[in-house]
Amino acid sequence: MSATITASSISTRTEPLTFQQLLFRLQTFWAERGCILQQPYDVEVGAGTMSPDTFLRVLGPRPINIAYAQPSRRPTDGRYGENPNRLYKHTQFQVILKPPPSDIQEVYLASLEAIGIDLSEHDIKFEEDNWEAPTLGAWGIGWQVMLDGQEITQFTYFQQCGGIDLDPISGEITYGLERLAQFLQDKESIYDIVWVRDPRTGKAITYGDIRLEEELQFSVYNFEAAEVEKLWEHLRLYEAECQDLLASYSDSFSPNAEKLAERRQKIHDRLVHEDETPPPSEDVQAAQRRFPVLGAYDLCLKCSHLFNLLDARGAISVTERVGVIARIRALAVGVAKAYAAQQS
Amino acid sequence: MNFLFEIGLEEIPARMIAAAQGELARRIEDVLTRERLLDAGHETHSHSTPRRLAVLVKGVIVAQADTQEQLTGPSWNIAFKNGESTPAAHAFAKKAGVEVAALQKINTPKGEYVSAVIERKGRSASEILVEQLPKELAALYWPKNMYWRAGKPERFVRPLKWLLALLDHAIVPVEFAGVHAANLTYGHRILHGDAALTVEHATDYLGVLEAAHVTADVELRRDRIRKGLDAATRTIPGARWREDEALVDTVTHLTEWPAVLLGSFDPEYLTLPEEVLVTVMRDHQKYFAVEDAHGKLAPWFLTVLNTQPSEHADEIIRHGNERVLRARFNDARFFWTVDQKIPLTERVEMQKSVTFQKDLGSYYAKTEANLRIAERLSEIVTVRGTNLEKAALLTAVRIAKTDLTAELVKEFTELQGIVGGLYARAQGLGETVAQAIYWQYSPAAIEDPIPPTVEGQIFGIADRFQTIAAMFGIGLEPTGSKDPFGLRRAANGIVKILAESGLPLRISDLLAVEDGKLSAFFRERVEFYLRDVRGFAYGVVNAVLAPGFDDVRDAIARAEALTAVRGSEDFIAISAAFKRIKNILRQANVDSHSTIDPDKLVELAERSLYDHMNLLMLKIHPIRTDGYGDALEQIATLRPHVDLFFDKVMVMAEDPAIRANRLALIANVLGSFSSIADFSEVVTS
Repeated sequence: MSATITASSISTRTEPLTFQQLLFRLQTFWAERGCILQQPYDVEVGAGTMSPDTFLRVLGPRPINIAYAQPSRRPTDGRYGENPNRLYKHTQFQVILKPPPSDIQEVYLASLEAIGIDLSEHDIKFEEDNWEAPTLGAWGIGWQVMLDGQEITQFTYFQQCGGIDLDPISGEITYGLERLAQFLQDKESIYDIVWVRDPRTGKAITYGDIRLEEELQFSVYNFEAAEVEKLWEHLRLYEAECQDLLASYSDSFSPNAEKLAERRQKIHDRLVHEDETPPPSEDVQAAQRRFPVLGAYDLCLKCSHLFNLLDARGAISVTERVGVIARIRALAVGVAKAYAAQQS
Repeated sequence: MNFLFEIGLEEIPARMIAAAQGELARRIEDVLTRERLLDAGHETHSHSTPRRLAVLVKGVIVAQADTQEQLTGPSWNIAFKNGESTPAAHAFAKKAGVEVAALQKINTPKGEYVSAVIERKGRSASEILVEQLPKELAALYWPKNMYWRAGKPERFVRPLKWLLALLDHAIVPVEFAGVHAANLTYGHRILHGDAALTVEHATDYLGVLEAAHVTADVELRRDRIRKGLDAATRTIPGARWREDEALVDTVTHLTEWPAVLLGSFDPEYLTLPEEVLVTVMRDHQKYFAVEDAHGKLAPWFLTVLNTQPSEHADEIIRHGNERVLRARFNDARFFWTVDQKIPLTERVEMQKSVTFQKDLGSYYAKTEANLRIAERLSEIVTVRGTNLEKAALLTAVRIAKTDLTAELVKEFTELQGIVGGLYARAQGLGETVAQAIYWQYSPAAIEDPIPPTVEGQIFGIADRFQTIAAMFGIGLEPTGSKDPFGLRRAANGIVKILAESGLPLRISDLLAVEDGKLSAFFRERVEFYLRDVRGFAYGVVNAVLAPGFDDVRDAIARAEALTAVRGSEDFIAISAAFKRIKNILRQANVDSHSTIDPDKLVELAERSLYDHMNLLMLKIHPIRTDGYGDALEQIATLRPHVDLFFDKVMVMAEDPAIRANRLALIANVLGSFSSIADFSEVVTS
């Protein structure tokens, strides 16, 4: 047996970052490289990719560099706070670079140095791992980044989103903050991660202090307490509203829509008879621009989370499962198409 | 000259590197061959790491040789009249690009014609490579491609970072995907850093990289890894690392500068089944397992790093890997414990929520169908004298798929079946039940062993046959190279179990009702097994399958016997004679059941053949499975009689009665001795 190595004997030089400092460092690093820092999206999502700052901004030609932390909820991963390595809600730090710079890998590696990882003392590998989210009609090519045998980052070149081929593509870097912190602080359990130290006393407040209760209670809610019938009802309501919005958008702005022709005719008539000046296209454009596609996307996210809850409750039978996934995918694809059209 | 070409990429998936490396080398060699740019003694070497593919061709010619081409123009008399050139001569000279004065007279069988000799200047290797290589790169096959540049001009496995192209010292200015070739390459990401390396001469390549901590020679890297694994394991007395060629291959293609590190885990985890521990290490962490002198798993692992750690870093990396493995083992132990709360026997209903196939329903439904088949097969083999524990078999079938609902299998899907078997044992369901479940997916690959118990064998056949028959039933049989449900593999498994177990089962026992399609499908699988797994010659396989493929072990025995005798002179003659008989009968339209009238056998030779045939029939029938060799040797004794017959007797005699009788005689010879094999198939050409 090898000699026991303790955290203290390894980290001889500097105190590892707290969970909080880790977030600061990553934010600072990417802000210095031109990223807009966004706040977490305030609707339940399963991954940072589902935030509109990724899902919608990767569509269309407009460049964007953006970074944000995203609490990501996966009800079936809940373990009542009893498993040291699994969480119902974990935190992703998401970076979107559109288009990706040619030195994106080198910049990424520099970000690891920035959070205190001396790469010369570690084993780092980029291993093939292609990401796919069927419910979002999204996929990409990339790697999982392995550091001393631990996956610390998902690195993806987005190829398609909402069923739409992307051009330019986006580079997506997703750090698992808990795993990184566990690695940096050499903690066996996520709950032992030091979230922050009291600046006066140096006393550590742990991840467990902040989040254990939440993990326990949400595991109970997700697995036991959530009312299945009501979840189904919520799902139906959100889905119906989302569908209505998408139908209305498509009726009004689809290039083939009869309504559009009618509307153009009306504007034409009005111009001819009432001698008004605004050009017809502007009127349609304004109506299209104010159309709440973003609202429809929130509804779609709600549906996705409800599906996950129903899944955790064991309420989705085999036959239903494929069907529900297809329904949510239809919403996501519908929103992506509408959004892309709205932007162009 | 030496041509060096390197393409630098972001990390290529390990599984794709070897094929791409080979293909790139082949493409470059093909271009140089096609363009007459290779010396007779040229050599091609190819290299790769996760970040590069490289090809070095020694013996490239600097430029193509100049060539001459002779063009034939109009008839001389039309081109030149009275010694003066006509417009026809001028037109031809212009087309050929020569002066009229340079036109020559040649003699052809059709008369005198005008001819022009065109000198073609050979093009330089550099010029041709610049023109051809981008096309070859674009055509390189990758199982999964991506776009990365705006406007999506090209797809490739990963973004292209650099190109290096050198003819000895000179840069070949190839361009692909917006990258211009230079004489620069890059070393190990961490150990060398981002600074470019200059390759002065094509043959300096491997040396320049080696100095920058990149071993580009794949075999050298593989060798270093194996030696490293050996050396690290030697520090533990009596221990060995578990050979795993596929894993060695993977880590070879995941590293540019490999080093092996030995780590350990708490022996308390050894209470978990070895199968689980090894799967976690191998499939999830790419670690090699270590076993003690008795072949038992030892609490150690080996990981292959892509760096050269200092002593200090070595400890950090070991510590990190050990922590990850501990977390993974803890997970596995957690799932194991959680799974025991609901025993397999209580999970039967839960199978209703696991889809087998969308049109065929759940695993619950499949299990019901499996039970019916297993029950039927067990009755058949019992009647035929096989002892088996029927109750245990049916229990195994009933719960065999319930491990699909276990958390451990959801986490480690590759352990389905195995986990079920381990749980059955842990839950006290008895060894027979546990073994049958444990081995249900074996053989997965054709070289895997068959289940060791009768119950496991019957279940293995029943389960696979149910899948095949159900899929065929809804029109999902394999077509061409497409076999999305692995039905051929499933049928190969059945054939292998039938062949290598002692089960008294035939393929027709599986097919409860006659089914031409399924029957033909199984015939193909038996053919595959005999030829590709057992290695019997093509003609032997065709010959033994002609009388039947239903009893697989019988077909093997016949193929073995036939293989043993088919080289003998007598047998070759018999085979040729049988082929001749077949042809005669086909032309005469006679079937093999015609009756012979012995009184009409007038010639001595036909009498002798008839008598010997009858004698032989008595000697060899009934033919036992272990008597095929003897029977074939007996049949070979027919040779002098057959030879004499064809030598002395005219089969197509004028008298129709005699003719019919002779045809009947040879038809009977053919019919009586073709139950082992259709000998006419053994004859080559």
